[in-house]
Amino acid sequence: MRTIRIANGQGFWGDSVQAPIEQVRRGQIDYLGLDYLAEITMSIMQKQRAKDPRSGYARDFVAMIEEILPDLVERHIKVVANAGGVNGEACRDAVLEVARKAGFQGRARIGIVAGDDIMPRLDDYLSRGVELKNLETGEPLSAIRSQVQSANIYFGGRPVAEAFDQGALIVIAGRVTDTGLSLGPLIHEFKWAADDWDRLAAGTIAGHTVECGAQCTGGNCQFDWETIPNLADIGYPIIEAQEDGSFVITKHEGTGGRINLQSIKEQLLYEMGDPKEYITPDCIADFTSIKLAEAGENRVRFSGIKGRPATEFYKVSISYSAGWKAVGTLVYSWPDALKKAQAADRILRERLDRLGLKFDTVMTEFVGANACHGALAGEALPDLPEVQFRIGVRGDNRHMIERFTREIAPLVLNGPPSVTGFAGGRPKVEEIIAYWPALIPKAEVAPEVSVVEA
Amino acid sequence: MAKIQLIHLAHARSGDKGDTANVGLIAFKPEYYPLLVEQVTAERVKEHFQGICLGAVERFEVPNLEALNFLLHNSLDGGGTISLKTDAQGKTYSSALLRMEIEVDDAIAKEALAK
Repeated sequence: MRTIRIANGQGFWGDSVQAPIEQVRRGQIDYLGLDYLAEITMSIMQKQRAKDPRSGYARDFVAMIEEILPDLVERHIKVVANAGGVNGEACRDAVLEVARKAGFQGRARIGIVAGDDIMPRLDDYLSRGVELKNLETGEPLSAIRSQVQSANIYFGGRPVAEAFDQGALIVIAGRVTDTGLSLGPLIHEFKWAADDWDRLAAGTIAGHTVECGAQCTGGNCQFDWETIPNLADIGYPIIEAQEDGSFVITKHEGTGGRINLQSIKEQLLYEMGDPKEYITPDCIADFTSIKLAEAGENRVRFSGIKGRPATEFYKVSISYSAGWKAVGTLVYSWPDALKKAQAADRILRERLDRLGLKFDTVMTEFVGANACHGALAGEALPDLPEVQFRIGVRGDNRHMIERFTREIAPLVLNGPPSVTGFAGGRPKVEEIIAYWPALIPKAEVAPEVSVVEA
Repeated sequence: MAKIQLIHLAHARSGDKGDTANVGLIAFKPEYYPLLVEQVTAERVKEHFQGICLGAVERFEVPNLEALNFLLHNSLDGGGTISLKTDAQGKTYSSALLRMEIEVDDAIAKEALAK
């Protein structure tokens, strides 16, 4: 049976810059999938495009393509990335320019999957009664319409497959699901039908397994973590998929990390909701149907996967401006480190009160004592060598948050003793970009696929 | 019978979706899975995470992975970009759950603690 090898080289926006290059150069692959978008990314890119109509996409992607393009063309390795952000055309044009400069005219077709950016049509939807209610709270979008910064549909693997069907070497998508980056190539290669729910679910689960990069190959793995070899050179995952929907997760020979049942199970459960109902635009995948088996060193085989029909809706990712926040820290040393940090907290809060500053939330944590596990961490040791006092505030009034940031450093001279760690200067005031998940009927939107020759 | 921490019986991974954290709990051995199903109930997990999980706890069984998946609603101070927490994504809630103690036979306790 024919095997297709799909590598993941980027688990999130900010992941290793080197990983995609290693995936291409250290062994045989057919496809390279890269995730460049986080929920907050779209709002940043909308702002960039507002300032410069040629921006609003992941520039890192273009630089990376420049480096690996000769490998891609000569070895026929195809790439799919959601690097288009809110401006897939501009991203494509930048890649076309890179390809032409490198002498690949007529040898590289570049595709885009667009149509996910519904920001321009938002008011039209609302006026026609498409309420875009918040999936968690049930509130209609009209409640925060003026604060909206970006609005994007999550498309699935199907439009990615269409772009490959049209001969693309590189497919640049906007907001495509992480799983769609792996499922798209599989639909293209194996011609899986739109109602072949079991196979679509298999491709979706393969995509879920690799979508966080090295988090399935021994990264962030709790099981036996100390014995996982060579994390410095950790291999990113590769799906070896077959037409029947079975697949193996592996990595390039000679790379670090570890793939076994435990590393795979941890990743399967990551960000999981109801395991029987993993909903994507392509299908509903049932994680309780997966049969796993170790199939050699650093190889885990998946089979038996079942799926169900997709829903009538696309998920929409809407970001909106929701106030301001700032977080400041100081470090107190032995003796009485925790007591001093607690005293600093009391003093600072009293000063904020005296200044008449009001916040929606003021949160204090003592890093080294209880920041991660709260009361579960138990009573702190009386003799802690040091404790970080960390205090954050959140609210609508930017001026008050700004004023808060000026009250941290003075504690070094006018608060409890043996304090340090203020070298970074005043904390930064950050705009809060919150996330509004909603659904939209599939009939309301259509992906736009196009492919052009370099 | 003996009381031992889950860290001797299972491993875990946690993540986030908005203000909800998820914790996947995976038995080291198939024989340990029924112990988790029986004792690591949604109610116990809610009680374990008091002060952290301010909403409901949902539990899903994943027997093919010998695992349980928990959803801890309203647990991340608003979640993602809103949260002021160090662990705004609940990444360390996995090990926080492994602090829980459950009751096991002496033989299992001996075997699990020997590792």
